[in-house]
Amino acid sequence: MAAAEGSGAGGAAKPLFAGLSDVSISEDIPVEGEITVPVGSRSPDEDYSTLDEPVRDTIMRDLKAVGKKFVHVMYPKKSSALLRDWDLWGPLVLCVSLALMLQGGSADSKDDGGPQFAEVFVIIWFGAVVITLNSKLLGGTISFFQSLCVLGYCVLPLTVAMLVCRLVLLAGSGTVSFVVRLVVVIAMFGWSTLASTAFLADSQPPNRKALVVYPIFLFYFVISWMILTFTPQ
Amino acid sequence: MAAPGAAAPGGGRSGAAEWGGFEDNMQGGGSAVIDMENMDDTSGSSFEDMGEMHQRMKEEEEEAEGEAGAAEEEDGEFLGMKGLRGQLGRQVADQMWQVGKRQASKAFSLYANIDILRPYFDVEPVQVRTRLLESMIPVKMINFPQKIAGELYGPLMLVFTLVAILLHGMKTSDTIIREGTLMGTAIGTCFGYWLGVSSFIYFLAYLCNAQITMVQMLSLLGYGLFGHCITLFVTYNIHFHSLFYIFWLGVGGLSTLRMVAVLVSRTVGHTQRLILCGTLAALHMLFLLYLHFAYHKVVEGILDTLEGPNMPPFQRVARDIPVVSNAILNTTAKAVALTL
Repeated sequence: MAAAEGSGAGGAAKPLFAGLSDVSISEDIPVEGEITVPVGSRSPDEDYSTLDEPVRDTIMRDLKAVGKKFVHVMYPKKSSALLRDWDLWGPLVLCVSLALMLQGGSADSKDDGGPQFAEVFVIIWFGAVVITLNSKLLGGTISFFQSLCVLGYCVLPLTVAMLVCRLVLLAGSGTVSFVVRLVVVIAMFGWSTLASTAFLADSQPPNRKALVVYPIFLFYFVISWMILTFTPQ
Repeated sequence: MAAPGAAAPGGGRSGAAEWGGFEDNMQGGGSAVIDMENMDDTSGSSFEDMGEMHQRMKEEEEEAEGEAGAAEEEDGEFLGMKGLRGQLGRQVADQMWQVGKRQASKAFSLYANIDILRPYFDVEPVQVRTRLLESMIPVKMINFPQKIAGELYGPLMLVFTLVAILLHGMKTSDTIIREGTLMGTAIGTCFGYWLGVSSFIYFLAYLCNAQITMVQMLSLLGYGLFGHCITLFVTYNIHFHSLFYIFWLGVGGLSTLRMVAVLVSRTVGHTQRLILCGTLAALHMLFLLYLHFAYHKVVEGILDTLEGPNMPPFQRVARDIPVVSNAILNTTAKAVALTL
């Protein structure tokens, strides 16, 4: 009652319809954002439909995405493209080609000392999973598949090294060829480790980077050692 | 309710009838606002009420479903086919729901397990470095229980390092494993040793009344593998038998001594200490010996000449056991002779 009287007295001093300013939405209630719904202009995302496009376009788009990521690995800049839209196509291709090249001609011979396809495959995927779990346990803020994607794409330099090694081995195997292979493998090993570290280190707590980098180092070290010791039979 | 009360003083005011009227309207508006707020409960436009509304709707839906189900069952009694189809549909839906629930709970429990493990990985690089160094320094303090860090990062990484070193050793020694891959064997050996011996010693410690937890045991034994890593890494690359024995006694012995000292400080009673530490020391030192000789070129040659090259151990029959023990005795004697 007292409040009503007070407001009544205040209302008397104000001009006509002053109370309306209290009714209407005043400046102390912020009203922002898009209230109107745009009907006429449609955003390009809505038009973007992959249902009726040719298959070639679909495949080319995916291939382009994979190729772009390969470029990102070869020039490891501070870019989040590898992290933002991850895919496992590139890692699969790299892993299979590396395993095939490491397989050698030992499948039919009696003593199969060379690394088997399954072994390489398992080392790469199991190692990547272990590194990812380790980074999660250390408090990393990266998702499981993002990390798998980065680690898989960063095998690319080592696959290149494997290719070079096979070409060098075709030319002949001696001390010179071993030195060439050693240099190539060490360079590519460093490249792989640096690239994956550049992508993954940002998602880790800054004081624990060394703990995350160690298993990555071990992972690529085992792979590059396998590449270095590979000799076709 | 509020409007008449507000209208009375407004109307009672002498010269401001229209203001009063306006105020009256205003108050009416105010009460309307209040009414709107009250109405929100039923209209469900506010967020707090949405949940309630949703729940209520769900309950109603469930009731309706129950009724529908009952009706369907009744139908089923009359028309067998229809009821059967309904039951089948419900069963399939139920099964799908169960499978989905199981998978979701599995995924959830995986993440929950990660969260459970997280405290054991809460370390700094400096801590890991000091612990690695400390694993080689036995502390002679047996009156007071020594501190063991319950941490799993270091041990896990050491086990993986050991796996990599073993792979390297297997490759350089041209070890051929007929059933399974080198990788699987290396991982199985290392993890089997770490987990198996830790559980065994933990069990013994429980029997001997030692104060140690499973995590502490895992951490202790895991850091004890640092000596193994160093020894094997060096001796797989440099093939000198004397060098291996020096490393075996020096580096391996130091890390074993460290573990023994820690266990002694946490056990009471001479017999218990002897049992516990004797078992641990024997297992740890023999494992290093095994890892070195199992994947080493020279001894592989010796074993080949003793047993014949094409005789995988698991194909032996029981009659051959004396021969095997002979071979083992021979190698052990040779090893002892080499040390002396």
